[in-house]
Formats: sequence, C-alpha cells, structure tokens
Amino acid sequence: MTTAPLLEATGVAKNYGAVAALKNASLTLLPGEVHALMGANGAGKSTLVKILTGAIRNDGGRITVRGRPYVARTPADARRSGLVSVYQEPSLIPDLDVISNLRLTQTPVEPFREWVRELGVPDLDLRDLARDVPLAIQRVLDLARALAIAPDVMLLDEMTAALPANLAERVIDVVKRQSQTGRSVIFISHRFVEIAALCDRATVLRDGETVGVVDIAPGVEERIVELMLGAKIEKARRTRRDAGETAARAQGDTRIAVRNLRVGTKLQDVSFDLRNGEVAGVVALEGQGQDELFAALAGSTRPAAGTIEVDGRAARFAHPVDAVREGIAYVPGDRSEALAMKQSVRENIALPFSAAFASWGPINRRREGAKVQAAIERLQIDTRAQREVQRLSGGNQQKVTIARWIAADARTILCFDPTRGIDVRTKREIYKLLRELADQGKSILFYTSELEEIQLVCDRAIVIFGGKVVDILPVEIADEPALTRAAYGLPRETGAEPGIPTGGAQQGEAAP
Amino acid sequence: MSISASAPASVPAGRRIRRFMSDYPLVPLVVLLLLLVLVLHILQPGIVNQRWIANTVKFAIPLALLAGCQTMTMLTGGIDLSVGTVATMAAFIVATQGVDNPPAVAMALALIPALLIGFANGIGVGVFRVHPLIMTLGTSLIGVGCLQVYQRTVIASGAKVPEFLTWLGTGLTWGFPNALLLFIPVAALLIFIQRRTGFGRLLYAVGDNERATRLAGVKYWQVILALYIFSSVLAGIMGLLYIGLIKAPSLSLAEPLVLPSVAAAVIGGTSIFGGRGGYTGTILGALILAVLTTLLTILQMPEGARRILFGAIVLLVTAAYLRIIEDR
Repeated sequence: MTTAPLLEATGVAKNYGAVAALKNASLTLLPGEVHALMGANGAGKSTLVKILTGAIRNDGGRITVRGRPYVARTPADARRSGLVSVYQEPSLIPDLDVISNLRLTQTPVEPFREWVRELGVPDLDLRDLARDVPLAIQRVLDLARALAIAPDVMLLDEMTAALPANLAERVIDVVKRQSQTGRSVIFISHRFVEIAALCDRATVLRDGETVGVVDIAPGVEERIVELMLGAKIEKARRTRRDAGETAARAQGDTRIAVRNLRVGTKLQDVSFDLRNGEVAGVVALEGQGQDELFAALAGSTRPAAGTIEVDGRAARFAHPVDAVREGIAYVPGDRSEALAMKQSVRENIALPFSAAFASWGPINRRREGAKVQAAIERLQIDTRAQREVQRLSGGNQQKVTIARWIAADARTILCFDPTRGIDVRTKREIYKLLRELADQGKSILFYTSELEEIQLVCDRAIVIFGGKVVDILPVEIADEPALTRAAYGLPRETGAEPGIPTGGAQQGEAAP
Repeated sequence: MSISASAPASVPAGRRIRRFMSDYPLVPLVVLLLLLVLVLHILQPGIVNQRWIANTVKFAIPLALLAGCQTMTMLTGGIDLSVGTVATMAAFIVATQGVDNPPAVAMALALIPALLIGFANGIGVGVFRVHPLIMTLGTSLIGVGCLQVYQRTVIASGAKVPEFLTWLGTGLTWGFPNALLLFIPVAALLIFIQRRTGFGRLLYAVGDNERATRLAGVKYWQVILALYIFSSVLAGIMGLLYIGLIKAPSLSLAEPLVLPSVAAAVIGGTSIFGGRGGYTGTILGALILAVLTTLLTILQMPEGARRILFGAIVLLVTAAYLRIIEDR
C-alpha cells in the first residue's frame, strides 16, 4: 500500500489501577476504507474507541492523524480533528426537538436533512421531540448527524444492532458509498454478515493487544475467530469436565419451559428448557437480548410474545414477586441493583422473608438468625464488616446476593454474570456452590461473559445471537472456540470431534 | 488503655473514632443535649430543675410525635408535610364535636380525616408515584380548605376540649408529665416497628434501594400505603394530645411544628434520602430543639435574631453531625 494512513495508532496502552485494559493496541486506518475492529468481550475494543474519541486518555502509545500527533482530551477535540462517533445507544436529548439537538452540536441542518432522506426516512419533522421519534429512527438520525459534519473518520459502534433489516441495509449502503469519497470508517459489529458486506480490513484485539490485521475475503471468519481466541484453543481443551457425569445429571424434569419468547426490541424468539438439577449456561455477545431474557424470567419485564411455563403450568409474571412465589430468584450482575447497601448483611439476606404482607409483623429473630447464619456459613461470607453491606468487598457482596436466595430456599436461580469483577477465589467458591445447588436438584440459569466458565460450571450452553437461540451445545464441546463461533452466529465446526475428554479432566476441575 | 489501644495499631485514632460514631450515632447527640443543658445552667443558674425538665418534656413530646411521622416516611426517602394539617384537623374536630358527643366519639370522629388524608397520600405516592413532598403538600392544602368549610358549620356551637385530653396534655403525676403515658408506648411501638418487624425492615430497604426490594418480591405501593396511613394516624393522635396542651383550637394549631418536626428527625440522624436513621435519634433531636428554644428565649433577644440563630444552629448541628457519623 502506498497511501499514507489517515489515522495511525501504535502501542496504545491504558491501565485502570493494576488492571491493564489495553497493553499494546495498534490500528492503521487508510483513507477511504471501512475498517472493522473486532475482539471478544473484554479484549479492549471499547477502551480503544474511548481513547480515540477523547472520552478517556491513554497512558502510553502514539496516535497520529494525517501524520500529525493526535491528542483528544474531549469528544469535542476529537470532532475538531475530524473524528466523529456514533454509538449503539441513541444520543439525542429526549426532551429537545430534533432541530434543537442539532443546534446543540452545531450540526448544519441542510446536509443533515439530505442525509436523513438518503438513509430512508423521508418524512421527518425537525420540530418533533426526540423522545417521540422511534428508537430505530433515532439511531439513523445519529448517523445522519455524524455524516452532516462530514468527518474524515467515522466511528460506528454497534450502530446496526437492533435496526430493522431494511434500515440496516440502507445504513450499510450509505456508509459504503461514503467511504468511496475518501473518508474512512471504523466499524464495530458482531455480525460477520455485515462485516463481510461492508469492510475492507479488520483489526483483531485480544487481551488488550492487536493480534492481527486481516483483509476481508470469503472465509475470513475462521481466521478472525482464531485470532480472537489465540492460545485459548489449547487451554480450553484442558478444562473439560467428565462427560459421563454431566449426562447423568441433566435428566431432571423440566422446571421452566420457554417458548418463542419475545421481549422488548432485542430478544426476538427464544425457546429452551431449564431442567431440575442442571446449570444451563447462556452465552451471548453484549446486547443480544440476554438482559431482556433474564428480566422476563424474573418477572421485571413483561414479554411481548411467547410463553413461560413453570413446572408444566403457564406462568404470567406481572411483578417479580410472582416469580419469587414460583421459587424463581434473580441475581443481577450489578450488585448495586440487588443490595440495600446501607443495611446489614443479615437484613439483606433476610429481605425476601419480609416481602409478603403476611410477614410484616414481628420478626422471629431466632428462626431468621438460624437461616441467615446457615446461608452465611454455606457461602463463607466474611462478616467482619457486616453492619453495612457497602463495607464488604465486591466478592462478599456478590455472595450476599446469592445467600439471600439460598436462605429463602429458591428452587431456581437466575444468575446474570455473577463473577464479573470479583476475585478468583470467590469465583471458584461460586462455581462450586452453583454445582452443589444443581446436585441438590435445583435449577440454575447462568449467563456469563467469561466463556471458560461454561465448561467449569454448566451442563450445556444456550447460545443467543441477534435475539434468537442459534445453538445449544452440550458441555463436552462447549469450549471457548466453539462458543465464540456460535456467539458470532457461525455454524459448528464440521470436522470437530466432539467428546473424548483428555485424561486430566477426569479430576473434575469444576469443583476445585 | 494503652494496651487495648495498641492492638489495631494500623487504624489511626481519628478513623476509629469516626467508625465508633458511625456505629453508635446516638452518642454525639446525647453529648450535645447535655452540653446544651450545661450552657443553659451556666447562663442562668438554677433554671435546670425538675419543674423545668417536666415542662420541657411536655412541650417536646408533641414535636417528637410529629417527628415520628417524619422519621418513618423519611426512612423510605419520603416526607409527610400534611402532618400539621392532619393534627390541626383532629384537634379542631375533637374540640367542636366534644360539645355534643361523648369524648370517645369525638376522638374517633377526629381521626377520620387523618385516615382519609393518609390513604390519599399513600395512593398518590405509592401507586401514582407523585413525589411525597408535592403529594403531602397538596393533601395538606386540601385539608386546610375542608377545615375552613367545616368551621362555618360549627361556628355557633363553640368548643369544648375533653377533660381527659387536658389531663393528658398538661397534667403532672408525681412531677412527671401525664403525656408520657401516651408517648412512652407510642415511642416503644415506633422503635419496635423499625427494629423488629418485617414492615420496619422494608421501610429501610425501600428507602435504600427500591429496585432491590422489588426483585426480592416487595410490592412498593403496599409498603407506602401502609406507611402514610400510619404516619397520618400518628399525626392525628398528636393533634388530640396537642389540643389538650394548648386548649384553644385554631385553624393553624400544629402548623408551626411541621418544619421543626423535619428538623428534629434530621438532627436525630435520619437521612432524608432514606435507608438510615431511627426513632431514638429523633427523640433526642426533639429534645435538643426544645432545650435550644428555652436557651434562645432566656437570651432575651428580639424575635428576629432568635429565629436567625435558631436556623443557623439547626444547620450547623445537622451538618456537623452528618460529618461525624458518615464513615468513609
């Protein structure tokens, strides 16, 4: 290539305390190209994007735009340097009309209008409040706003997720033509179909490092998945559990049957069974509808269509209490959603006991104390700072959220990424606990963003992509490569040999 | 001392004191109350005697009862500004209905508006999610209006405060105010509810993190409805006691106590954002305000200056207290 790069980043690093979010990321963007930025969850994509758009500062590395050093302290800086981003979530201020939103960002109105028409929205009234504009259209407006500024580099972060197909096509079409005028696009998407249709090259990140730059050509998906996984392919083979043991476990009765469930805009059509005595893993890239799935099962969101059956009876949840009454407990990934931070460990664990009107009277302190103590001991919660839950470590807080439902003897626990951001020891304890619960005949639905946890904890993995179940993998073959492929909507590897666990796995590493 | 202090040597003394204060937030309040009494004693030796104490307690009790309403509602992050109107209505109705009816009937009638306003507050805040400040202010204004209409219908018949209430409000038995006969059980009940019942636990939890309680199966509106009815009835009972103390019904009888009742709860360490506090602190807060009032009275300052000082001290105490007990 003889053309000088439009944007060049080399050796970019970013640390949060002792944690390195980016170690050595590089990206070379040529004029007029659409460049995909790819990587598994936590690879550092969003950190790199934030650095480029001026949301955060990098600790190391060098970024140049048209050969000149580029330092963006704020998104406005980035914009002045010709770099504009469009995010997955709409960025219009809902209480202002569209035209005021444009003024706020000093966007020229006429080009904006043209782009909106170009993108397939002919009848937009600029005096409409942003909140009255449908979500999908809001995204299109965001894109039009970016296009109207005529930037050198456009950064599209999951821009097409949850756009209706016709609009997504239109968007891709416009972006493609835009690039032919010499402008460049950095495109972040989980959809290989779009990447194949739109992008020229892809940079792949893994663990905060750029591990490869590939030209987009037919069949390149395999190469990208390989790059995203790297050495993990080898590692994963070793963490397999005993297959025979697993098969024996997963034969309980159906506890929850989900059929054609549709929730909100993201969860399209999901069906699966959760059986007594199993831990079913849910695997999905960010924003594929997993949040909506858990919210619906927990009774916090009403499904738009489809059915949930509990123990063979159709269930309709109007409030989380309806799910709790069926013995279904939801442990959210964000601990601050589940805990009353200023209250004691005991009060937090005992919270469900007082929930029903009938139990508003005097508390039986002996009985409550015994139940709470049993749960604390079972989860080995460090109670030195038990007067206020907010004084506990993150791991201990997470244990409290689970202990609550052990004390309440819930039959089904919906765990949403329970090990995010907690220490390794606590993680292991949680794996062990979930397995024990399943062995006692309880059922657990376990969403995790760390794919290696599937083989450590689960009996099978339900993979959701684009709001639909794309595959249900038995645990024997649900290693990281297989899960990653499935999570990106790729078919199972045809030549792969399922099963045959290696010798080391016989020890049962799920319960260390 | 030196031996026990050396054990956790890594924790600095200041931080340990803070943690102690955070764990026992009542200690600084008791210290402050004693300090104020001491200042009073120094400024006017001999004033602090049994009669003065009985009198101070007598006037602190109605304030403490209204502050009980604020404590309960503030635990959920709410507030009840209608308590003044509710108490006034109860007082006015019991005095006017007491002319023709037996005291028990008059008292029962007097608590009806309290129930209605509490119910309206509970529905507004719990079901329609109106901000408690607005909701209770609204019902309070409506209540005052209704009271004015009611006043015209009874203007000819005059007023008679039931003797029992006068005895309860002003009487002393062996030097102790009779009002304690009402207050001690009520205070015990409030503290019991807060510490030892499922309902009390939910008040704290709802104020701390409503989403979390929802996921735990708590229905918010039920808690809030019960809470505001309880608060309103408590305010009505306070109105009955207060008319026994003041003896002259008026259309704004308890209104001047509303904001001090909020102040008493806040000084007592109940967080206006919810989830933290308790009635014991509020009682101390009410006593502190009562002593402060005497203190400012004997300073023989003009009314304006007294109010300025009162406001400034309330602000100062609250700010200082929150700094002391917040453990970060």
